[in-house]
Amino acid sequence: MSSLHQSWYEAGARERIAALVDAGSFTEYVGPERRETSPHLGIFDLPAQFDDGIVVGAATVDGTPILIAAQEGRFMGGAFGEVHGAKLTGLLRAAKALNRDVVIAFDTGGVRLQEANAGEIAIAEIMRAVTEARIAGVRVVGLIGGRAGCYGGGGLIAGCCSTLIISEQGRISVTGPEVIETNKGVEEFDSRDRALVWRTMGGKHRTLIGGADLFVDDDAAAFRAAMLAALVRPAKAGSVRNASSVPFGRGERPGLDLATLDAEQDRLERRIARFGDAADATDIWRTLGIDDARAIPDMPSAAFATLAAQYRESADDAR
Amino acid sequence: MTPAEILDSLFPAGHDVTAEGDLLFGRGTSPGGRVVHVIGATARAPIGIDQAIRLSGAVLAIACSDDDAPILFLVDSASQRMSRRDELLGLSEYLAHLAKSLLLAEARGHRTIGLLYGGSAAGAFISTALACDTLVALPGAHPEVMDLASMARVTKLSIDLLEDKAKTTPVFAPGLDNLVSVGGVAEVWDPQRSLADQLATLLAAPRDHDARATLGAERQGRPKAAAIAGEVAAAARR
Repeated sequence: MSSLHQSWYEAGARERIAALVDAGSFTEYVGPERRETSPHLGIFDLPAQFDDGIVVGAATVDGTPILIAAQEGRFMGGAFGEVHGAKLTGLLRAAKALNRDVVIAFDTGGVRLQEANAGEIAIAEIMRAVTEARIAGVRVVGLIGGRAGCYGGGGLIAGCCSTLIISEQGRISVTGPEVIETNKGVEEFDSRDRALVWRTMGGKHRTLIGGADLFVDDDAAAFRAAMLAALVRPAKAGSVRNASSVPFGRGERPGLDLATLDAEQDRLERRIARFGDAADATDIWRTLGIDDARAIPDMPSAAFATLAAQYRESADDAR
Repeated sequence: MTPAEILDSLFPAGHDVTAEGDLLFGRGTSPGGRVVHVIGATARAPIGIDQAIRLSGAVLAIACSDDDAPILFLVDSASQRMSRRDELLGLSEYLAHLAKSLLLAEARGHRTIGLLYGGSAAGAFISTALACDTLVALPGAHPEVMDLASMARVTKLSIDLLEDKAKTTPVFAPGLDNLVSVGGVAEVWDPQRSLADQLATLLAAPRDHDARATLGAERQGRPKAAAIAGEVAAAARR
């Protein structure tokens, strides 16, 4: 592999897939040569793209077959339209049928508003397909660190994944800063205050409160290493502690069940009880035991990862 | 219809559904003697982390019980609560958890029926009504993805243009008919007829897979989704 650093944030969807999977192993389904474009964007005189902003297919990682999807944040902000969403839904249904793990590289503003109703239903179909695949024992690993972040319905899909890998640049939220400001006023959320956006929705905060599992540098090789680690975790979180070198992608595996969601219920109730009155992320970080909370935003990745490992809320048994 | 009128029509034999703020919890008994669990998000209120965690707790309590009684989810909400606090604490996780709880209850043998009788929008709509196995609506329901002012801000399109397009373009415009045409709402009930009868008919019909894309194709609101999803799934399995 190349030792050159490749920014995940700057990379496109196809570059991300190439960085994650074994060389030459990727097969795309319903690729751009099929020209399955959005049937709706023309209504707004907007240009279509031949892959509708998502690449889906099969590949191997260290020789093991997986299914993989990557959103293209540079086309319509990676938003979910009818075709875009349907490609991911189809991939997830195949994952359940094949009992094969799935990797999703998110890069999305959420529902594509020019085809909002189709996008909204697509999100619901994808969340159902993720959850049904997980109940059947499939791992669904989400990677978040692109330009568009992981907003709106993308954040909801991410919340259904079994493991989330995030970089500092990764942002997860439902309502974006601009929409909060439009509806509730600049006093509630100043969308131009970038530092506020990062510490409220960014990768470091999400890692500290248990909203993401693995924190990585903005480096495609780091995302690959974390993906490999996530794919050997037990599919049913907490079922086999420290189960090292369990082969993945084959065999009978327990999946998401009542114990998983009961544990998540407890985890999320505890979060409100502990942090529900916090006015700012720095208050939460202090409550976690981090004395110099204001140093977190500027802290280099490696130092932050070490600190987070000591103080963060874990979601290992409860997602 | 009000929640009280809906519950009276659904459960003429009685129910014990009570309000907790803008949320509803309880059980009703159908004319045939069947117990139905009821939860609700009412009064056009937004759904934030505090509401979502209460609803998911109720759903999980039902999911772990031995009965296989259906869950009826009454929905008249706003969007997800738009606030700094909700996003700071990870609203995406709370809404996803609520949706997963409904999907797990379904997998454990409970039918989950969403009944949209008022508004709902965006993430609140996705994690409640749209996470049920079947979504029905009453006339006058008014689902939307996002209000046009916010949509204008995000898309950088003018509000005048959006209002103009909304009159003729079902795929993006708010409203019940448009959600029906993309397959998101399975059927619209008749408020003049017994809701108990209409629920009994629905529960009598087997339901084994997500048919929304097929409905959207039949109704011409989503012409491509079913075919594309099917083609990808088939290619992966070859």
